[in-house]
Amino acid sequence: MSTVTAVLSPRLTAATTGRVLRQLRHDHRTIAMMVLLPSLLLGLLYLLWRDVPALPGQPTVFDRVGLTMLGVFPFVVMFLVTSIAMLRERTSGTLERLLTTPLSRLDLLLGYGTAFGLAAAVQAAVTVTVATTLYDLDVAGSLWLVVLIAVADALLGVALGLLASAFARSEFQAVQFMPVVVLPQFFLCGLLVPREQMAGWLQAVSDVLPLTYAVEALQEVGRSSTGTGTMWTDVGVVAGAAVLALALAAATLRRRSS
Amino acid sequence: MTDAVTVTDLVVDRGHRRVLPGLSCAVPAGRVTGLLGPSGSGKTTLLRALVGVQRIRSGTVTVLGEPAGSPGLRSRVGYVTQAPSVYPDLTVRENARHFAALYGRSAAAADDALAAVGMAGAAGQLVADLSGGQRGRASLACALVGEPELLVLDEPTVGLDPVLRVELWDRFHALAAAGTTLLVSSHVMDEAGRCDRLLLLREGVLLADVTPGELREDAGTADLEEAFLTLVRRGEQVAA
Ligand SMILES: Nc1ncnc2c1ncn2[C@@H]1O[C@H](COP(=O)(O)OP(=O)(O)O)[C@@H](O)[C@H]1O
Ligand SMILES: [Mg+2]
Repeated sequence: MSTVTAVLSPRLTAATTGRVLRQLRHDHRTIAMMVLLPSLLLGLLYLLWRDVPALPGQPTVFDRVGLTMLGVFPFVVMFLVTSIAMLRERTSGTLERLLTTPLSRLDLLLGYGTAFGLAAAVQAAVTVTVATTLYDLDVAGSLWLVVLIAVADALLGVALGLLASAFARSEFQAVQFMPVVVLPQFFLCGLLVPREQMAGWLQAVSDVLPLTYAVEALQEVGRSSTGTGTMWTDVGVVAGAAVLALALAAATLRRRSS
Repeated sequence: MTDAVTVTDLVVDRGHRRVLPGLSCAVPAGRVTGLLGPSGSGKTTLLRALVGVQRIRSGTVTVLGEPAGSPGLRSRVGYVTQAPSVYPDLTVRENARHFAALYGRSAAAADDALAAVGMAGAAGQLVADLSGGQRGRASLACALVGEPELLVLDEPTVGLDPVLRVELWDRFHALAAAGTTLLVSSHVMDEAGRCDRLLLLREGVLLADVTPGELREDAGTADLEEAFLTLVRRGEQVAA
């Protein structure tokens, strides 16, 4: 039963965002990992490909893959963090309690989205800075666009994480949704095999997976000095998928349970 | 005397079991009503129905004149779950301020609520570092901060030492004197004497809706535990 309530209150959404960020602030190690791990992993890729020569006129492998990873990290990390956080709300009874307060379900979900979106912005800013200064990552377009796309990817991860948590009964189950949701999108996004070379049906599957568009958007920024129409369309698709996942998450979040 | 809550023919299934097979009862306004019964008798299920988070099969639950769970009730009803539901990775004060914000109250109101449950001294501590009893009081403060008209408390005194227990019951009566309706569940009968009115539940069935005095008189014993058992035996004889 979904009662029609005051659907959204910016004040209550902000209260939730503040609360989630405060929870994060008490967990120093998680903050450190969130901010630094992508840079360290990217460094590993940098070292891996440093001595592999690039074909003339082509970007180096690291320029191509490293840039794409800037979109994959926030997606994976925020998916995991959000699905665990929401599962904790369910199992600890705080969700049941929140549902008896004036907080609407959309306030709760958007509050989470905003909090982890902000965390993702910090993560992306640090990773982009490290990648372009320490690892000489070449990006033709604006680095702000890279951060913007990373945040859109993070929001997609948050929304899918909120949705996935509805289907997990335990933290063991929740973490296993990560490979289910992330790996197929990663395999088919065009990074491992160019999309034109995939079997037709795999390309069709790839067409409906949002990470494909995130990766394409980053490749556009890597190639072109100004934001292209394709890039903005891609960002729109990722944002649209995030909104859709958030709406589904709201629909699966029932106020009354048995 | 008006009723803050009326329950009519409430049927609730949980899993494959019928937990409440058709319960009717009422909770008088501005009083402390005790919901007493052994563990598993359906107390939590009934309280969940009152605050609108329990899926029900049939029946009606009216709270403060509106159907239970109505959006308009959410700022008027406070609920303290049986297991303390506060965030372990926040401090006591951060928890209280969060719920204060959800109810549209100030940070000062949050501090007052903490003082009211004797947790002002531990306000800066992480909830994860508290004892069970302290956690329960922090959870209670998060409901008090909303100054609800109806306060639904699921076994709030479990794990508290006798001194704190007495203090809390005094607070409940002070709130009732100021007009708040309280519904407090417990599985220990020695708390029954502190209530204005008692709802005795057993296996989802209402055994009695009485004052402690009436219960003692009816069962012919001053001991409320004993009186409850007398009612149970009487019910079984009728059934046999
Ligand atoms: N989530 C659940 N799923 C199935 N059965 C449940 C669930 N929660 C409680 N029950 C059952 O419902 C009955 C009443 O439980 P409850 O309302 O918690 O009783 P009390 O609060 O009086 O101890 C018990 O038999 C319990 O096993
Ligand atoms: Mg119970």
